[in-house]
Amino acid sequence: MHDIQYYLLKKRAFSGFISRLAKVQPLAAPVRRGEKNYAFELVTSANEISLPYIPTILPPKKYFFPQREVLLEFDTRRGLHAGPVGVAGPMTIFGVHTCDLAGIQCLNMVFSVRPRDHNYLIRKRKITIIGLECNDYCDEHANCALVNASLPSGGYDLFFTDLGDYFIVHVNTQAGDDIIDAVKQFQPAKEANLQDLAALRERKRVVFRNEVALDQRFLPALFDISFDGPVWKDLDERCLACGNCTQVCPTCYCFDIRDELNLDMATGVRYRVWDSCQTEPFAKVAGGENFRKSRLARQRHRYYRKFSYPFAKFFRFFCTGCGRCSRACMAGIKLKETLTSLISQGGEGPWKR
Amino acid sequence: MEKIVISESNYQIRKARIVRTKKLTPLETLFEIVLDGDRSLDHEPGQFIMVSLFGIGEAPISVASSPTMRDSFEICVRAVGRVTKALHALDAGDEIGIRGPYGKGFPIRIFEGNDLLIVAGGLGIAPLRSLIQYVLDNRRDFGKAHLLLGCKTPQDILFADELDQWRRRMDVQSEYIVDRAEQDWTGPVGLITTLIPGVHLEPERTFGVVVGPPVMYKFVIKELLAKNIPEHQIILSFERHMKCGMGKCGRCQIQNIYTCQDGPVFRYSAVKHMSEAF
Repeated sequence: MHDIQYYLLKKRAFSGFISRLAKVQPLAAPVRRGEKNYAFELVTSANEISLPYIPTILPPKKYFFPQREVLLEFDTRRGLHAGPVGVAGPMTIFGVHTCDLAGIQCLNMVFSVRPRDHNYLIRKRKITIIGLECNDYCDEHANCALVNASLPSGGYDLFFTDLGDYFIVHVNTQAGDDIIDAVKQFQPAKEANLQDLAALRERKRVVFRNEVALDQRFLPALFDISFDGPVWKDLDERCLACGNCTQVCPTCYCFDIRDELNLDMATGVRYRVWDSCQTEPFAKVAGGENFRKSRLARQRHRYYRKFSYPFAKFFRFFCTGCGRCSRACMAGIKLKETLTSLISQGGEGPWKR
Repeated sequence: MEKIVISESNYQIRKARIVRTKKLTPLETLFEIVLDGDRSLDHEPGQFIMVSLFGIGEAPISVASSPTMRDSFEICVRAVGRVTKALHALDAGDEIGIRGPYGKGFPIRIFEGNDLLIVAGGLGIAPLRSLIQYVLDNRRDFGKAHLLLGCKTPQDILFADELDQWRRRMDVQSEYIVDRAEQDWTGPVGLITTLIPGVHLEPERTFGVVVGPPVMYKFVIKELLAKNIPEHQIILSFERHMKCGMGKCGRCQIQNIYTCQDGPVFRYSAVKHMSEAF
């Protein structure tokens, strides 16, 4: 056993590292997909990977909780036969930003609540996560500083920080250490390297400012008094109910379950697929009643599911500050603007500073 | 790529067989069901199951029979959606899939020793029948039992034969009211709320148990409060759309609670401030 926590990887060794990593098990990493668009995709070499990158269109959630996932395979010719299904095996995700690490941590909690979701938890155990630090603020939509997601706080096996001609790598788990051992490209970090890392983090505290005039400690209290606030009326008038915001969110996990019959009319699959609480029929019952009929109620529900309800249940915000909802909104609804409106409409309180 | 087999899925169904069907109205049918291996469903009154038909889907349905009936259980199904309409095409001998039971049922241990005023509107009688049967099967464990039942017209009455049996019992009082009726109906006509003021009850030891269509709750609760029944002694059961039944899929969420796991049975005091609840 050895207890070295920080290693170095020279930039010129990065390409060899990625190739080795991709040979061990399938490797996903951020890939450029057009102007300011990136996606996590399977890669085999470093030149496919795009670094640095701004948050991908879909978060790495898709490897833990796929957009479409078969739950049962059935064959009605054999009575009510339903066989267990196979899911993708071990994989590595390289380059996960701190916002997306936070998103995975949120989903880990959700799917671990009993009754535990075995589909998710089996995948989780088989995925190795290599994080990557953001040295600069990605764009005007991010709000990671508000929710304390701009600096790493666990949730990874290895964590890479770009320090010029080398990466400094934090080893967080034995699985991460096994990679260091297997890929013989790493050297133990020296005191000077750790000082470089500390200096970067200091710089980041200045660059990654919280642009919402609010201490995050007061968010739950602000939401407690804002349920009937005028800001939701404004969103009601602007929201198109397209569901983009929830599709790209790293902590949204609503789903639908559907059956698909094959052409033989006997065999088929039952699968779950991402769904959105922003669509009109989501909370409708068979009798016709709709419990979140207005866009106001649905947008409000989305915000409360980020800043209020999970805080009571998990002591954690389900907003990671990635900015995807604001980036994807066709109506220009911006999370930071909504929060700023809430503060100004919230009257006197500790959230006012 | 290597595959891992998920053998412990929460979505795996239990096989069950329909042993009897009984058409109650043109829209509602009662199904008696036996689980594979003759195992007991072992539910609590007020809990629900997911009924599964491969190729069509799943639907949450409340159990309409008491757990005191151990060899089989019953569900009362209104044909309104894809799954429920397909269920109506099935008959004795057909197989269906079951998940559950799920959710928190009626707080029976808390009801014991106290009086009950049970208010059922329309299909709300389905989950309440489980409670009523349980109370009648364990009658001396409870105080006074008063049933108020209502539906649109006499043709919509569910469990009419059982209602007659309940009427004949000396240890339960029941009244049935319909919204509108032809001349051959001898019972009262009007809204179910009109029956409540006439009920003699001791509010401090009475639990009002209400299940019915969403529109009914507000008016019935108002009448129960007018009888001085405390808010925490008013018990409701909510209907919501559900996909998983396990507090994940988000369909049944009412603000910060999941109807499928935290409910479907709630105390009025716990949900009265929630605008999405009513």
